[in-house]
Amino acid sequence: MAKTAETADGSLAEGFIALQDVAKVFEVRRKTGFLKRERREVRAVDGLSFTVARGEMVGYIGPNGAGKSTTIKMLTGILTPSAGRLRVAGIDPSRERRRLAHRIGVVFGQRTTLWWDLPLIDSYRLAHRMYRIPDARYRENLDRCVELLELQALLDVPVRQLSLGQRMRGDIAAALLHDPEVLYLDEPTIGLDVVSKAKVRGFLRELNAERSTTVLLTTHDLQDIEQLCSRVMVIDQGRLMYDGPLAGLHEAGESERTLVVDLERELPPVVVPSARVVRVEGPRQWLAFPAGQSAAPLVARLAAEYPLVDLSVREPDIEAVIAKMYAEKAVS
Amino acid sequence: MGAGRLYAAVAAGGFRRYATYRAATAAGVFTNTVFGLILVSTYRALWDERPHLGGWDQTQVVTYVWLGQAFLSTLAIGGGGVENELMDRIRTGDVAIDLYRPVDLQLWWLATDLGRAFFQLLGRGVVPFVFGAVCFPVYLPTDAGTWVAFFVAVLLAMLVGFGIRYLVALSAFWLLDGMGVTQMAWLAGFFCSGMLLPLNVFPGALGEVVRALPWSALLQAPAQILLGHADPLGTYAFQGAWAVALLGAGRLVQSAATRRVVVQGG
Repeated sequence: MAKTAETADGSLAEGFIALQDVAKVFEVRRKTGFLKRERREVRAVDGLSFTVARGEMVGYIGPNGAGKSTTIKMLTGILTPSAGRLRVAGIDPSRERRRLAHRIGVVFGQRTTLWWDLPLIDSYRLAHRMYRIPDARYRENLDRCVELLELQALLDVPVRQLSLGQRMRGDIAAALLHDPEVLYLDEPTIGLDVVSKAKVRGFLRELNAERSTTVLLTTHDLQDIEQLCSRVMVIDQGRLMYDGPLAGLHEAGESERTLVVDLERELPPVVVPSARVVRVEGPRQWLAFPAGQSAAPLVARLAAEYPLVDLSVREPDIEAVIAKMYAEKAVS
Repeated sequence: MGAGRLYAAVAAGGFRRYATYRAATAAGVFTNTVFGLILVSTYRALWDERPHLGGWDQTQVVTYVWLGQAFLSTLAIGGGGVENELMDRIRTGDVAIDLYRPVDLQLWWLATDLGRAFFQLLGRGVVPFVFGAVCFPVYLPTDAGTWVAFFVAVLLAMLVGFGIRYLVALSAFWLLDGMGVTQMAWLAGFFCSGMLLPLNVFPGALGEVVRALPWSALLQAPAQILLGHADPLGTYAFQGAWAVALLGAGRLVQSAATRRVVVQGG
């Protein structure tokens, strides 16, 4: 990783977001007797170092409890790191939380920043005041978000009446009205249907391309990463396990995708190169093949040689990839 | 475009959010009116036995009853202001969202609560009070000055009320489940604010104590001004001192809470 060097404006030269040996330790007290309490330290984040350059779009993944949300909370300044050095846009988040807030946008998929009881537009008007957005800029950004996220018909609807996908789009717009330089997205597509997911992803891609907004994306959905991020960081038990392109992650974890094929009738396991049958159930068969490899030649081959009725591809889930990667590390 | 406009917008939002629930408002008006009727007949019986109890005549105590019904939700005397929502947000971790906004947490919630209080004053306070004033002989001052002095005291009461309830809400950072504290606050609110019995009727040392507590700044203080029994400036000083003390304590507790306590959930 690049050496730390302060530039003239005080920001770290090597990254817009920079973490150096950051740790967050929680003290958990457990009842062990009538009055006895046992103190135990939980290291949610443990010696984390990484940098993200301006305009990068990075996937930040890991299983539940890996330390993802703790990292995001430290990056927004809500939590103070127990150790290490952390900078976002040259600002120490926990010291200058409110100053930083003007420069970042946050979307927590499972929480909302919107006023629950009031029409969507009221939350935007409030953001206008809260972030002191110049009037012209506010109008321009709002119009843009309304158009791209298809919010026009929703502006006068109370937030509590919105569907999850609508609310999520509303939340994303709310996080972007003040032109944040960095956007933290925590599970932005959780619970969304395919159409809503596509809309959200398309919007984020465009945002990153047009405004070079730095995006840190936390997700359980590998497709989010595949479609949006050139780089992925994997965290587990508070430590960085992997940092690089997504393809490399599949290689590192030797993960496999699954092709589910429905044949016309029950047949013995099919034989095709570079895939193996892992399960047979009547006319349906499950084939595993390396995740780095395209499914197209495999499908073509199957269609040519077998009486194919239907098929679908299943992506490896992140938990499986990481579990495998973890096992590999333990062995080597 | 300063911070004032932001918090004004927050207060306006608070007003409109509570205004959304019309059925709840109507039910509240009905309940306050019925309770007012019950209390009026009880107090009149008491004042029949003991005329000029606490220095008030019958018209004054009847006015006091309807003021109490008008202020019950306005000042959230037994709870039911924004503190419930804040406690819920602390418990679920949604408070994280409030914390990464470029705003002051306390001012944000104060503005929301003031918006709520103004709505409740108009939506739930006016009708029971007017009903009482029309149906019963009441004591109402005729000079505008007393009314202005009264409304200033009501504003200060809103600040004190929020100050108490904000501390109650922040306890959720440590306790997580705020039920116990909420119930104690309800009990203290009802008893010490004079909702059960006017504080000027409380005897001896007990009376001295409850009249010095912050809850007496809520209902009792504006009531005494309206009924011509208190000097406005002295009352303001009392209310203002409690407002400053409670809001100051709220700030200290808030900074301790946001520094040391874990924000719940992922």
